[in-house]
Amino acid sequence: IKLFLSKEAVLSTHLYEYPALMLSLLHSFDEVYYGQFVSLYMKRVFFIDESGPPLGHMILALGGYLGDFDGNFVWNRIGAEYTSNVPVWTLRLIPALCGSLCVPLGYLLVVELGYSHFTALGASLLLLMENSLIVQSRFMLLDSVLIFFLLLAVVSYLRFHKHLCCFSSLWKWLWLFLSGTSCAFAVGVKYMGLFTYLLLLGLAAVHTWHVIGDKTLCNVMLVQVVVRFLVLVVMPALLYLGFFYVHLILLYRSGPHDQMMSSAFQASLEGGLSRITQGQPLEVAFGSQVTLRSASSKPLPCWLHSHKANYPIRYENGRGSSHQQQVTCYPFKDVNNWWIIKDPSRQSLVVSSPPRPVRHGDIIQLLHGMTSRFLNTHDVAAPMSPHSQEVTGYIDFNVSMPAQNLWRVDITNRESDRDVWKTILSEVQLIHVNTSAVLKLSGASLPDWGFRQLEVVGDKIYKGYQQSGVWNVEEHRYGKSHEQKERELELKSPTHDDISRNLTFMAKFIELQWKMLTVRNEESEHKYSSLPLEWITMDTNIAYWLHPSNNAQIHLIGNSVTWTLANLALFIYVLLFLTYLLRRRRKIEDIPEACWEQLVLAGVVCSGGWVVNYLPFFLMEKTLFLYHYLPALTFQILQIPVVVEHLYTHVLRSPSQHKAFGGVILAALCSVYFCYRIFSPLTYGQPELTSEELAALRWRDSWDILFRKR
Amino acid sequence: MEGRCGEGSHTQSPSCAAVRSRKPCMDTGKHREKASSKKTEPRRATRPSSSDTRGLNGTSTEKRLRYSDCDYTPLCPLLSVAALSLCTRFYRITEPPHVCWDETHFGKMGSYYINRTFFFDVHPPLGKMLIGLAGYLTGYDGTFPFIKPGDKYEHHNYWGMRGFCAVLGSCLPPFAFLVVLELSHSTPAALITASLLIFDTGYITLSQYILLDPILMFFIMGAVLSMVKFNHQRLRPFSWSWWLWLLLTGVNLSGSLGVKFVGLFNILLVGINTAWDLWRLLGDLHLSLHLIARMFGLIMLPLFLYTTIFAVHFVILNRSGPGDGFFSSAFQSRLIGNNLHNATMPEYLAYGSIITLKNLRIAGGYLHSHWHLYPEGVGAHQQQVTAYLHKDYNNLWLVKRPNSDDFTWNPELIRHGDIIRLEHKETTRNLHSHLHEAPLTKKHLQVTGYGINGTGDPNDLWQVEVCGGKKGDPVKVLRSKVRLLHRSTGCVLYSSGKTLPKWGWEQVEVTCSPYLKETPNSQWNIEDHVNPKLPNISLHVLKPSFLEILLESHIVMIRGNSGLKPKDNEINSKPWHWPINYQGLRFSGVNETEYRVYLLGNPVIWWLNLFSLGLFVVMVSLCCVALQRGAKLGGTKKGKQVLMEGGGLLFLGWLLHYLPFYTMGRILYYHHYFPAMLFSSMLTVMAHSTVSVCLWKLQGYVLAFIHLLAMGPFSMCSFYLFHPLSYGMNGPLAHDPTSSMAGLRWLDSWEF
Repeated sequence: IKLFLSKEAVLSTHLYEYPALMLSLLHSFDEVYYGQFVSLYMKRVFFIDESGPPLGHMILALGGYLGDFDGNFVWNRIGAEYTSNVPVWTLRLIPALCGSLCVPLGYLLVVELGYSHFTALGASLLLLMENSLIVQSRFMLLDSVLIFFLLLAVVSYLRFHKHLCCFSSLWKWLWLFLSGTSCAFAVGVKYMGLFTYLLLLGLAAVHTWHVIGDKTLCNVMLVQVVVRFLVLVVMPALLYLGFFYVHLILLYRSGPHDQMMSSAFQASLEGGLSRITQGQPLEVAFGSQVTLRSASSKPLPCWLHSHKANYPIRYENGRGSSHQQQVTCYPFKDVNNWWIIKDPSRQSLVVSSPPRPVRHGDIIQLLHGMTSRFLNTHDVAAPMSPHSQEVTGYIDFNVSMPAQNLWRVDITNRESDRDVWKTILSEVQLIHVNTSAVLKLSGASLPDWGFRQLEVVGDKIYKGYQQSGVWNVEEHRYGKSHEQKERELELKSPTHDDISRNLTFMAKFIELQWKMLTVRNEESEHKYSSLPLEWITMDTNIAYWLHPSNNAQIHLIGNSVTWTLANLALFIYVLLFLTYLLRRRRKIEDIPEACWEQLVLAGVVCSGGWVVNYLPFFLMEKTLFLYHYLPALTFQILQIPVVVEHLYTHVLRSPSQHKAFGGVILAALCSVYFCYRIFSPLTYGQPELTSEELAALRWRDSWDILFRKR
Repeated sequence: MEGRCGEGSHTQSPSCAAVRSRKPCMDTGKHREKASSKKTEPRRATRPSSSDTRGLNGTSTEKRLRYSDCDYTPLCPLLSVAALSLCTRFYRITEPPHVCWDETHFGKMGSYYINRTFFFDVHPPLGKMLIGLAGYLTGYDGTFPFIKPGDKYEHHNYWGMRGFCAVLGSCLPPFAFLVVLELSHSTPAALITASLLIFDTGYITLSQYILLDPILMFFIMGAVLSMVKFNHQRLRPFSWSWWLWLLLTGVNLSGSLGVKFVGLFNILLVGINTAWDLWRLLGDLHLSLHLIARMFGLIMLPLFLYTTIFAVHFVILNRSGPGDGFFSSAFQSRLIGNNLHNATMPEYLAYGSIITLKNLRIAGGYLHSHWHLYPEGVGAHQQQVTAYLHKDYNNLWLVKRPNSDDFTWNPELIRHGDIIRLEHKETTRNLHSHLHEAPLTKKHLQVTGYGINGTGDPNDLWQVEVCGGKKGDPVKVLRSKVRLLHRSTGCVLYSSGKTLPKWGWEQVEVTCSPYLKETPNSQWNIEDHVNPKLPNISLHVLKPSFLEILLESHIVMIRGNSGLKPKDNEINSKPWHWPINYQGLRFSGVNETEYRVYLLGNPVIWWLNLFSLGLFVVMVSLCCVALQRGAKLGGTKKGKQVLMEGGGLLFLGWLLHYLPFYTMGRILYYHHYFPAMLFSSMLTVMAHSTVSVCLWKLQGYVLAFIHLLAMGPFSMCSFYLFHPLSYGMNGPLAHDPTSSMAGLRWLDSWEF
């Protein structure tokens, strides 16, 4: 068996890698997406990718590291040629290896479920000749890695479960350990791994429940339960944290996604904000010069801003304004983002010595540094959100509209009621004294007269904690200049001094994870996006690559015969299962107990694997592609041999039926092979086909196969 | 076992005696139960033996006798519960005398029924029909417009509708009383359940206005009650009461589904319960008619009633109204006053006709355009073309020849395969498509309005194709399914059904699809047709069958439901807010000067429920593990059954009525939690009564007694504190120390 397995692996690896080398000059589709992160890893630049946890990117980056990739490549166009510094071979090596190893793992899985080696061979053949899995593992993509870890987790758990009889065998616990680890890896590669992980946990919970019920065990039982819990729940969680730890250790430079993170997080990265904020005074005092950043990054991270332009007297829709100076939120660093904190009872605009810190509950005025206008709000409807108050830089037009420029400082993350306002760390609400409105980012952007900056309003019906109403001081210095001219110069100069602030790992992890789960890119339909319902029948495909000059192309298209067989097998399984279940309840035993248990276990793993990896997509609102179906498909394919063997041994009894069924199996395998051969030009991108041949391959009208116009 | 019964006889023995004598006046179901209950006593006592045979021994005779006391429905407590709940619900029911919150919708729809005007709503019709009926019977004439919340009712009779909802709302505590009594056989527990519901400000508020929720919850509770009663009849299959409760379950199920689609969760609960029941029966190896009986009672009957509700709905609403445009041409021809009702128009399409095109997809709109351009970055910067569900002048299009605008000669019919141009009547732009991707469906091409005064370019040419027709067939108005093929790109005019963002006024996207498969999305029919040069002929549109109407109205409702997306600036209520009572709903009034009603559950009760949910889960898991380890739980066998089976059923009900909201994309409100809360309240008492029984076992009689009975007065006191929420507040808001609610704003997120 071992010999056979290794042969299998060699065969598949060869099959996979040979064309991968041939086509290494061109890259495709999502490679562009993952490639940019690999480059950032190589350059150690921080990024945030909401599509999945960092392990997947790290694994791809490992390939780059092995090939001494320096990260210098612009990943912007599908079909662009790789330059010589990109080690395409090593970058694609790991996914291809994982993809190849899925085949023997499929074999092992079927064997572990208790089926014969012959059946297992059939399973691995089906996986081997599945065009979609081949295509997906030949590029720098994560799905094959995910499937590899999923299968590994299930196989090793089943191994563990088989060893149930001997309690103290070290091997047994090693298998459990391997299972827990690969679960963590699967979840670390893509969130999708979570579904299979939960399935596995469910299975383990049922098994553990039996252990609890085993009255022959006393103290051992408790140990068993605790160890299982530790290995399958605690350890994966710790490993998951570990991935983030490595991720944050590796990526220590500031980069393009800095602005999505909080100021404190940014300050912990090398370069970027930390260069500016290093050594700022910690405590905000009366006379401080500050920039105020909104805690909300929707729609954009931005700073409280004002400039020498007034609200138009009348808006487009005829409503009037106060015509005072605009106050906005501006998503770029600018000298107009500077504000000075003033004590209403004093005239001074500089920090006294010793500095008098601003505390929670203090009343302040905010003076705009460049225009010397006070931050003001009054009972005039805001331009874009008429239910809120307009916020202005106050100008006295002598129209009986008095200044209302007193604000109360409310530190939301305070520990005591006399907390001092701290740079970066404190989250502050500014509450208007006269109207108790809260200074808030409305989320709307102003039209042309407001230079398309973001609208800031005073919200009177503000309730609870909203990120859009919370601000923090990002840049900060103690003001020293008394004169306006000097002050302007001072504002333009960078801040200096020296203290360093560090976030703990857990704080960073929580922030990063939260951002990854909540930040949503603008989701829109893609040319190749599809709906889950289209996947079962493979009504859709994805074009990965088209040769720049001829008709050679690569598509994500599965093996139609296998897909049909898999659907059929699933259907037959459900039918069989229900029949047996009802008949057993009526005390009619068609098959022996052991056989029934085997069938149920196979169903939980294969059909269950399909269900948990497929059905959740119906509830998701993100853009979906055919490759999201591949993990479910893998489990569904493994169902085919399981059902076939069951039919062969338990349903068909007479030898003639056996012979006929054998013929059917052979015919099915042959047609799978032929289908694989027919579509292999679209799988490997060679040989080049003529337009007629391509048209003949378009088995479904809904497939987009590209034709080059001559 | 003795514990609970002892307790029951402690507090209730006088009334129990009284019950026996007064029993027959209760209701017919109870009557029968009483008559047969003596017979079934021995058998019922053996019921636990299905899971454990040790229950059958001689010494239990005495216990059985005492136990049977609890099987009677104690009438006095029930009546007092009913009276108290009626009082709390009817107190100040006419206040405030203006439209509150969603009354503006449901009151309006009640008026539509009285006026027999057709309308469209996302909920099934039963609730609104009942409201309409109640209004009609109490002398409301359907003339009040219900325009917006805050409108004064003045001389209109609105109390009837509110009173009707309040009556149904006040049925909830007695129902809960009976359910818990059935599940736990403990009168104090049942009383406490009732008091939790009676004194919950949220339920009072929700029951006092013209809303669907009291009606919905009435049916949900009714279904649960009949289901529990039906379970109780398990050992007497096919008896009269067995049939009665089975059929009542079915009736209530159809009622709850007929009010709101939330009823589906209720059906799921009953379905799971029934499946479990059948599974048990299947294992008994006594083949019987059970399956067929249940299929009849729980599937056929509800289905029949549900369709009947719709039949009544369609029969009552036979006049054209604001909901017409959502439905197909055939559907509209049923409505009196609609222009398709007994329509007369030219029969065949000709050049020079002015038409409207309706998409054949169910709930597909009219081809529409208006004076607005696609924004920058969305295809070409040309005029928008959309599909619009309402009837409007912007839906009119003029059919022209491909090359000339001259209509002087005799009108010529358009035939299958002809090339035409379509000019938008209001903006004189031509229907146009080109090789830009569509705004939402990126695989399709963009459709725009192009050209000035009807002159455009070759991209304005469309080929008319009659589905199933051949070259030369004329195009029949209303009856032909027409496809419009774009001449230069070969794509077909298509309505994707996706809603455009704000710039497209949330109308539906229209594209040109390169996939030529015939689907309803790419088929259109000509609905209005005006051509003065052709004779008008009376057209009989094929009347749709009832099933077609039913299907169509359902698809329209489901589309409407999923279209209710949260608006950008609105703060959306999240499902996790609900159990912790995070935020309520303003029913009426905002300012200090106004009369304010605020929908918020009594926080004491809600937090108690939340705590008890956790308590229940912990208790059940401990119990399960202990049993799995083979521990002997001794005499609490019965307690275990109450906890696991009764509590399990209620817990399942809570889960089924709560968890699905997490997966919903539509806008959610606080009041969606109230059906789940019913189950949670009952579960609370189940959990606590089990705790009491355990305490009792441990000789902590006083503690047990206090524990259980403290909950009643506790809820009453908190009700006294919070009652202004439902009965209305005046004067300053709660943050003001002079306010009547001062100090009661325990969470900052409450807005009163």
